[in-house]
Amino acid sequence: MNLTLKIWRQKGPQDKGQMVEYKVTDISEHMSFLEMMDVLNESLVAKDEVPIAFDHDCREGICGMCSLHINGEPHGPDRGITTCQLHMRTFKDGDTIYIEPWRAKAFPVIKDLIVDRMAFERIQQAGGYISVNTSGNTQDANATPISKIDADLSMDAAACIGCGACVASCKNSSAMLFVAAKVSQYALLPQGRVEAADRVRNMVAQMDLEGFGNCTNTGACEVECPKGISLENIARMNREYLKATII
Amino acid sequence: MSGFLSSSIARKVAMALSALFLIIFLIIHLAVNLTSVFSADVFNEASHFMGTNPLIQFAMQPVLIFGVVFHFVMGFVLELKNKSARNVKYANYNGAANASWMSRNMVVSGAVILAFIVLHFIDFWIPEINTKYILGDMSGVLPGEEGYRYFEELQHKFANPARVGAYVIAFILLGLHLAHGFQSAFQSIGFNNKYTKCVKSFGTWYSILIPFGFIFVALYHYFNH
Ligand code: SF4
Ligand code: FES
Repeated sequence: MNLTLKIWRQKGPQDKGQMVEYKVTDISEHMSFLEMMDVLNESLVAKDEVPIAFDHDCREGICGMCSLHINGEPHGPDRGITTCQLHMRTFKDGDTIYIEPWRAKAFPVIKDLIVDRMAFERIQQAGGYISVNTSGNTQDANATPISKIDADLSMDAAACIGCGACVASCKNSSAMLFVAAKVSQYALLPQGRVEAADRVRNMVAQMDLEGFGNCTNTGACEVECPKGISLENIARMNREYLKATII
Repeated sequence: MSGFLSSSIARKVAMALSALFLIIFLIIHLAVNLTSVFSADVFNEASHFMGTNPLIQFAMQPVLIFGVVFHFVMGFVLELKNKSARNVKYANYNGAANASWMSRNMVVSGAVILAFIVLHFIDFWIPEINTKYILGDMSGVLPGEEGYRYFEELQHKFANPARVGAYVIAFILLGLHLAHGFQSAFQSIGFNNKYTKCVKSFGTWYSILIPFGFIFVALYHYFNH
């Protein structure tokens, strides 16, 4: 298939950047979206042009590195997948495809399609952990009984890969779904309860500090999240926060 | 913004609580309006009671005004903050792909409702305050006439087609605002559980029936005066 690509090019953090048009030909519909990008980059290198910088690592939907806002949606039009799992058969021959980086003040562009997602790391460091002494005589985790329901809900929340699609899709650039997933995965387990109040307070404070917007419950994040993180987690975080600040 | 309202979740909860308060107020307001369809006397009595009862006038009315002002001011402040959280816009942003029009345009429906409230204040509230507290006439009766004036005033206002038209448009926008806002308020206060389905369908009915009720009263008086 032959495609017209409109891609964001930006030399560095200070550069203004712009959309640049590229044509690709003979793209197989079995290729993944990132393979299509590789083909384009090879052709650019062959012409002595600078290849387009984009993030990727595992290429099997588990690491959360790949990003890309494709035709107005994070990770493209398909649901429940990352960009590396998006295939060219989703598009039609002759299509024009817009490819942009995640847009949020808290995710500044480093180069082309790569954004700095360290804000998520700093939120994690503010409380997304439990303090256990791993000296060698740690208690067996299975010695603490946990209900199947809570264990499953916690596992579902822990499925978040920190990709940032929630922020990218949100009209408010809110990071609530990510933070809610991280708060929930611990809040649901007895081991996480010990530091629950401090955790939610500190993580929310860091989230606000990073300059993410305010959630207005549009639900776009839940639709676009490749891991199906549910809005229930945001409600849980709100409860946790109220408990931690008022009670 | 300092203290409690400096946190995004606190602001969100404050928006939700003021919304829930206004949602209850709408039911009361509609109930009084609806009496005008059935009986001029009952409407007059109810209006006089609401307009002269000290508890309602000096305790509940200020709380209500605070609630309205807070909800609007906070709504616009949040909209500006949220806009600035994305300093470079997308060249292609398909908002309709993952969120409803209502949820993405709360500030638009809110602005229309605000414009309506201004009109409503000029129409009813300011003349009322003027008559009662500036001119000091708490009787609710026009000089030289018998019986309360409220029903006649209401009929008079709804004789104007432009006003009725504006009224209808504003309440359709209110319906759209509530269609997202009702369930959103519950989500914001952390209420998302096995009852959420009920909340959502109740919210849908509420957002249709309440505006419909207000529109019905306006049209009723427009066609029957
Ligand atoms: S919540 Fe979903 S969209 Fe957001 S960072 Fe986690 S996996 Fe990505
Ligand atoms: S590259 Fe790892 S999730 Fe896409």
